[in-house]
Amino acid sequence: MRLEIKDLHVHYGKIEAIKGVSVVVNEGEIVTLIGANGAGKTTMLKTISGIRPVSSGQILFDGQDISKMPAHERVELGLSQAPEGRGIFPGMTVLENLEMGKYHRKDRKSEMKEDLDKVYHLFPRLLERINQAGGTLSGGEQQMLAIGRALMARPKVLLLDEPSMGLAPLMIANIFRIITEINNLGTTILLVEQNAQQALQRAHRAYVLETGNVVKEAKASDLLNDPAVRAAYLGVGAH
Amino acid sequence: MSNISFNLRDRGAEFWDRSPRWRRVLISLIFIGLCYALPFLNNPILNTPGSDFQSVLFYPVGMYVMMAIGLNIVVGKSGLLDLGYVAFFAIGAYTMAILGTKTSLNFWEILPIGVALAMLSGVLLGTPTLRLRGDYLAIVTLGFGEIVRIFAVNTDAIGGSRGIAGIPTPPDIFKAKFTILDPKPYYWLLLTFTLLIIWMVRRLAARRPGRAWDAIRQDDDVAQLMGINTRRSKVWAFVLGAAVAGVGGVIYASQILSIVPDQFSLNISIMILACVVFGGIGNLWGVIFGAILLSFTPERIRFLSQSRILVFGIALVVMMNLRPDGILPKKKREHFEPNWDHVEESGEGEIK
Repeated sequence: MRLEIKDLHVHYGKIEAIKGVSVVVNEGEIVTLIGANGAGKTTMLKTISGIRPVSSGQILFDGQDISKMPAHERVELGLSQAPEGRGIFPGMTVLENLEMGKYHRKDRKSEMKEDLDKVYHLFPRLLERINQAGGTLSGGEQQMLAIGRALMARPKVLLLDEPSMGLAPLMIANIFRIITEINNLGTTILLVEQNAQQALQRAHRAYVLETGNVVKEAKASDLLNDPAVRAAYLGVGAH
Repeated sequence: MSNISFNLRDRGAEFWDRSPRWRRVLISLIFIGLCYALPFLNNPILNTPGSDFQSVLFYPVGMYVMMAIGLNIVVGKSGLLDLGYVAFFAIGAYTMAILGTKTSLNFWEILPIGVALAMLSGVLLGTPTLRLRGDYLAIVTLGFGEIVRIFAVNTDAIGGSRGIAGIPTPPDIFKAKFTILDPKPYYWLLLTFTLLIIWMVRRLAARRPGRAWDAIRQDDDVAQLMGINTRRSKVWAFVLGAAVAGVGGVIYASQILSIVPDQFSLNISIMILACVVFGGIGNLWGVIFGAILLSFTPERIRFLSQSRILVFGIALVVMMNLRPDGILPKKKREHFEPNWDHVEESGEGEIK
């Protein structure tokens, strides 16, 4: 199982947001895309999950080109996303949100309990909030719910869009710890982040995205020590 | 501002949840019985000047209730703003009128055809337009509603602006004779179909289609990420709404005996939408209650003659200011203020 993006171009109207990006995510890896605001990180994930149309290029999932496939069919193949801004259904309870994550699964009835237990094991907080409306959760809890809901679909590749956004530092550390745990349990992860420090510590490999182009690709640990990356994304140069 | 919370809905829902099955069945049966007995009610407060109470009960009250339930699937459940809903009503009515006058098919044979045609037009309209969202969809559907009416006006084969007269009545059922003189059997027919539709809508809403509509209404993109085929779900909501209006149209045409295009004006679409919003978007019982009120009131205050629509309009504005979510709003979990005390207490950043 391998996710490969080849020379991807994406447009918003006439503006080209992604200008020929190629990314490879191998089975079992955590790969991160880091970059500043407007670099095209979220657009990349939206295009991979099928919410944005591809202008040109290929998205290969297990060798099959899925770039023209509608979003809901990609979920069935094993691509699952925790969207930007968490995308919790505010009017549904925590449990209903998690159940929605299983919407497309044929064996959803028999799998439900097992997968709910898995999610509650990763995020005990969700179990405490089980009957609370999604909209009334705190930011951190919503992020847990978004990731948990994506896991309910039993993804092969989990796409995470800025899981650290708007969270307190302790909560960020907590979320990233759990991301590593999910990966250890066998899920491949493509992580988009502005918080380069955390993302690079957790990921195996990383791509640096700047205004729609990949400007650097390396092992995450190498980028952590790369002076240019440190200056631009880790805030070290400012000291 | 609006702290007037006589929380009828929650009380009702609570009572219902606590009730054992026999009590629910009993209450439902009594309620249904009362509905069927309504035409025999002879109360001076309810009497409507200008037309008799039983006729008003069929049209507009019963008809609006049915259509509001149908539109609620589209607007309330799936969040698709449809301003041309009357078109499907017109298609049902015209199917009855054309087939009833030109062929020997009777009401019961035409009914499924009318519903099928309404659904088909729902598919035809829905498939290309449901990729639009919000206001854009509203404009396209508004256009569709007008196109159907204007097409009827300009097509001489279906009577043009003079419409179609001499539509046959449904065949008798036992002792109930369907004649122009007696609206009661029509009311019972309409009520029976309305109850069937309520049953269907409630079943759907509690199952997978309902969940999908819920998700789409709350966040279209995320719904796709859940693996929901949002296009198909939306078209289904549209088509089911169309089917309900189609049933209404067929029954309506068979009662009124002659139809003209002007009966299917934009006003009806707006009024039905007002019923849905006024009653409480998304809540079936609220919508029904809203439809009853909004259809009955203008008839009841007919003695005000010229100024009745003005009074009605003012009442609407005042009411919507007092209860902006409608009379019996849907349980509002979507806009709950987060309980910050609770969040602080549990510690936002605490590691579990």
